[in-house]
Amino acid sequence: MAKRLSVDRHAVRQTAKGLLFVSPWIIGFLAFVVYPMGASFYYSLTHYDVLRPPRFVGLANYVEMLTTDETFGIVIYNTLWFVVIGVPASFLTAFLLAVLLNQKMRFRPFFRTIFFLPSITPAVASVMVWLWIYNTQFGLINGVLIGLGMRAIPWLSSQALAKPSLAIIQCWTQGTAIVIFLAGLQDVPRSLYEAALVDGANKLQQFWNVTVPMVTPVMLFVLLTGLISTFQSFLLPWLLTEGGPNNATELYSVYVYRSAFQHFKMGYASALSWLLLLIIVTFTFVIFRTSARWVYYGGE
Amino acid sequence: METELGRPARSYVLQSPASQKRGLPHWLGQVALYLVLLLLSASFVFPFVWMVSTSLKTDPQVYTVPPTLIPNPIRWMNYPEALTYVPFGKYFLNTMKYGVLSSLGVLLSSSICAYGFSRISWRGRDALFFIVLVTMMLPFQVRMIPLYIIFNKLGWLGTYMPLIIPSFTGSAYYIFMLRQFFKTIPMDLSDAARIDGAGDLGIFIRIMLPLARPALAVVGLFEFMSCWNDYTGPLVYIGSKTDKYPIAMGLQQMRTHLSQAVQPLMWPKLMAASTIVIIPIVFLYFFTQRTFVEGIALTGVKG
Repeated sequence: MAKRLSVDRHAVRQTAKGLLFVSPWIIGFLAFVVYPMGASFYYSLTHYDVLRPPRFVGLANYVEMLTTDETFGIVIYNTLWFVVIGVPASFLTAFLLAVLLNQKMRFRPFFRTIFFLPSITPAVASVMVWLWIYNTQFGLINGVLIGLGMRAIPWLSSQALAKPSLAIIQCWTQGTAIVIFLAGLQDVPRSLYEAALVDGANKLQQFWNVTVPMVTPVMLFVLLTGLISTFQSFLLPWLLTEGGPNNATELYSVYVYRSAFQHFKMGYASALSWLLLLIIVTFTFVIFRTSARWVYYGGE
Repeated sequence: METELGRPARSYVLQSPASQKRGLPHWLGQVALYLVLLLLSASFVFPFVWMVSTSLKTDPQVYTVPPTLIPNPIRWMNYPEALTYVPFGKYFLNTMKYGVLSSLGVLLSSSICAYGFSRISWRGRDALFFIVLVTMMLPFQVRMIPLYIIFNKLGWLGTYMPLIIPSFTGSAYYIFMLRQFFKTIPMDLSDAARIDGAGDLGIFIRIMLPLARPALAVVGLFEFMSCWNDYTGPLVYIGSKTDKYPIAMGLQQMRTHLSQAVQPLMWPKLMAASTIVIIPIVFLYFFTQRTFVEGIALTGVKG
């Protein structure tokens, strides 16, 4: 491709224009992303309690994380619990509700609103309501149970039940995922269903052989975003149980916050956050790589 | 439309042959569908119903077992008492300031950046946009501590500056959304304007922005609601400066105060305050329902 001088000048002018328009983002990127990430990586190699200047300690924080810190082991277990149990539960809830909403019905916007509303209400308020619902003595569920002569269930004060109680609230707030699934479901061409019908498929077979394959790209999106947000989940466990009882809901991001702003171990917290980044990138990479096996991109 | 055979002609083509033979009445499926729907939506909405129900109760009623749904008598006073328990008026103003300024910032910066990423053709544009997308995946925690330290040194802690200023540098999420939207506008419009002598800034202001009004509305709305709900940001940057609290932190402050010593009407007041915090969001959602859902579908699935 022969480039004449005037074409080069045009390309340069275009690039200058492009960069100018995009400059607000570039400034923000450098100031609020690149610099902080570099700084936090540096801090991760130090002991830093804000009052005194950072003291370089090499990989000591990372070693402590992986060997002597008992709480960290619990934190990893907790977070993995939510990855293995919480994420599939939320995913299935969102998907099945979307399938339900996709059926031929009247008043769809009304029902869709009801399932969507919990996901946009402020977390502080939602947690308040669920705290009251889960209350051991007078809460909605236990009140009914006690009234029936049964024993109360210690939803939030039992180590074994705290995580499932949280997972239930997570399923309740899957509104965004439901809407995204619904959009994907409604995109499936009707001609495919009719073709399957002609081949003698019943409703269930149509669902499994037409619907599911066609929405696998959307599934990948919801799965990945659900996974990433689980690793970063802070507000729900923090507001509901503050990581308790006895660290049962001490999720990764809660532990990072606590290490930084309660223990004043900024260096340690920075190291924790870098490990978190590594974990997220690894999970994302693995899921993406293996996605070709189950995701079907029809017609694109 | 009935045919001679007595069956509606259209649905004969679309109904499965198998179910026709077994003679399963169509209305049975519909009844089952609505039953399941009603059951599930009732359970989804019930926490809110319970919230309002509790907010109108008196102290003995709140603690009755088994619990009752409709309070009798109804105590409306819970609401004014909840609103004055902590200075909600001041908190409301703080939150409004935060939400409005943030939305403004995000609208201005994201639309300009989105224009640069979609309407101008330049080398490195798509590579840089890919980096924009990657930043969406970065956990806040990995930037949180240095940001806290910078803002501390700048003296911005205890104010809303750390939350508002960054919104003027664009947000990857909204840049993405607006870029997708701008891409759907035909290039012919820009080209025609260019022939008439307009520069890119002129095209941006006079053509792109007016055309993008619905998308801009979604961006402004999303951002305002996100600020209204925001707790983590203020928690980290406002810390303990209570007179600057947003509504979300005010609600939590109320919970901490009320649960330190079991105070009268603790739960009704907390539920009343929660209802008040939730209502504007619900209202905004109903007011703009269609644009909302389209906005999510726009970024979630397409492109």
